[in-house]
Amino acid sequence: MSNEQNVPVVPENAALLQTVVTKQGMFSPSAVGDTSGFGGLVERFELSPAATRPFGGWFDEVADAIVAAAAASNIPAESVFERVSVDRGEITFFVPPAHLRVVMQALRDEPALKFEMCMGVNGVHYPFESGRELHAVYPLQSITHNRRIRVEVAVSDANPHIPSVVDIYPGNNWHERETWDFFGIVFDGHPGLTRIEMPDDWPGHPQRKDYPLGGIDVEYKGATIPAPDKRRSYS
Amino acid sequence: MSEQTTYSAQDPYAGFTETTEGRVHTVTGQDWESVTGAAAGQTERLVVNMGPQHPSTHGVLRLILEIEGETVTEARCGIGYLHTGIEKNLEYRTWTQGVTFVTRMDYLSPFFNEAAYCLAVEKLLGITDQIPERANVIRVMMMELNRISSHLVALATGGMELGALSPMIFGFRERELVLDLFELITGLRMNSAYIRPGGVAQDLPDGAVEKIRETMELLPKRLKDTSDLLVDNQIWMGRTVGIGFLDLPSCTALGITGPVLRSTGFAQDLRKSAPYCGYETYDFEVPTVDTCDVYGRFLLRIREMFESIKIVNQCLDRLTPGPVMVADAKIAWPAQLAVGSDGMGNSLAHIKTIMAESMEALIHHFKLVTEGFRVPAGQVYQAIESPRGELGVHMVSDGGTRPYRVHFRDPSFNNLQAVAAMGEGGQVADIIGAIASIDPVMGGVDR
Repeated sequence: MSNEQNVPVVPENAALLQTVVTKQGMFSPSAVGDTSGFGGLVERFELSPAATRPFGGWFDEVADAIVAAAAASNIPAESVFERVSVDRGEITFFVPPAHLRVVMQALRDEPALKFEMCMGVNGVHYPFESGRELHAVYPLQSITHNRRIRVEVAVSDANPHIPSVVDIYPGNNWHERETWDFFGIVFDGHPGLTRIEMPDDWPGHPQRKDYPLGGIDVEYKGATIPAPDKRRSYS
Repeated sequence: MSEQTTYSAQDPYAGFTETTEGRVHTVTGQDWESVTGAAAGQTERLVVNMGPQHPSTHGVLRLILEIEGETVTEARCGIGYLHTGIEKNLEYRTWTQGVTFVTRMDYLSPFFNEAAYCLAVEKLLGITDQIPERANVIRVMMMELNRISSHLVALATGGMELGALSPMIFGFRERELVLDLFELITGLRMNSAYIRPGGVAQDLPDGAVEKIRETMELLPKRLKDTSDLLVDNQIWMGRTVGIGFLDLPSCTALGITGPVLRSTGFAQDLRKSAPYCGYETYDFEVPTVDTCDVYGRFLLRIREMFESIKIVNQCLDRLTPGPVMVADAKIAWPAQLAVGSDGMGNSLAHIKTIMAESMEALIHHFKLVTEGFRVPAGQVYQAIESPRGELGVHMVSDGGTRPYRVHFRDPSFNNLQAVAAMGEGGQVADIIGAIASIDPVMGGVDR
């Protein structure tokens, strides 16, 4: 066990797997040039930074149990997670798409894990994260142990394929359809991956960041109020 | 593929169309015989579209039923008719403006949407512990009042859908009592945008506590009127006992939460298992039944309303004077609000201060209201127990003044997946009762 503690759960190429937002300027609206004088300021925010062992509390138990279950499927310990993030008391396991089903099966069935309920799946689009633009986030709940974790899978825009977990967690059926509808993530093996919120013949996937919000300018008492996505925004 | 429509001689809207799937009939009423006659020669398979505009489908829900006589062999739901793109819109507003949007999702439980959203923002900000006691008590009180009004609509519309019209009249009458309280406190009967990141928009107005106490004394008597109409009523039981069966393994597999899960005898309630807003300090029970059917869920909702009244009364006893918004001036809404004749707005005293007395106050107001506050980058998942089950919010911030992504895991959206499991093999009429017992609110389903 002590030996296992020293094995880095975070892989060598972790730096490449970061989700980093870069922002410029301070409080100027972006459309009208640099009015604040802080336009040269560049800030980097890292979302879900990688954590190292020990994660703290029961997080390590869960991580160990997942790694042990994956070993039974011949997945080496260092490749089960791309990275693990602990933030604001919540743990996120980044799992490569190829291992998602093994991990989810273990999460549901292993007595030490017992995550009976998957609360769905939600997409997030990070267009700046080259090669890992589309993320699918699965919040899971264990009623037995009263624990919650998140599993996150990242795929590229060019190959947006994630294996479906509908046969493991049937309640994810509509959630996967919604994520396909809004983000264009294809869940391979889903029994009927069709649009759910948008009309069947709708072009595009509306929740992606490159899909415009739309809207029209509104005239009110002689002044024009721009559409929400054309208003000034602050970084 | 050519589709030819043949119109009926009697009705220009009725008729049938030949498609690759077979003949599709449009039935408009009084012409059922023409369809059964025509279908008899064609095929055994009859697919009926119920809704989306049908009084018995609980909002704009479309049911696609494959039936054999009166028996439903396959049931599927079509949703999306109320999709408004609220989640997308949130990405173009400040964190505070978001409240105004999310309150319109599940329109029968607006305070739960607001609370879930604000708790998630506060978790991202790391100020969960700094929310003043009085704000938390008011939040709990508003949520429990909202649970009562939401359950009353569930009973009222559920009764109406099965033909019991008196409970509908009674249910809406009692709901009005609660909505009057909302109007008194927030200025609006629904979509109040009252719970805000950091606390609540404003303190209770004068006389609110007395009015709530008065209503809490009246409600149990009135609720008894409603429940007496249906509890142990042979006709009502004939329509609901043993209908819409869903046991515990099916519930966990399908991710079903709320009254449907508790009707299997399992007391799962986030107010107990993962308390928020100080729920762990209140004394209340989580009622359960073990019948797994529509009647059990109906009884459960009645008992939950009485538990909610218990909690509201405890809230009233705990209300001690104090702030209702965090002390941090970088987050707290700068304006003093007041309920006017047209709802909530800036108080005249506040306008006088910023426009005539303090330049700094004006700058502070302007910056915080137009630009908003920044929320540190990261992601959280916050779940609360709404009247329909687990209402989860997955929220991502990129460190800016607007949310990067907000997703609501609405319980109605998830629970509607149980329609096939509850209704297949049963009668067409029973599927209406099954859906009523899920109590889906399409505004929340489609968002």
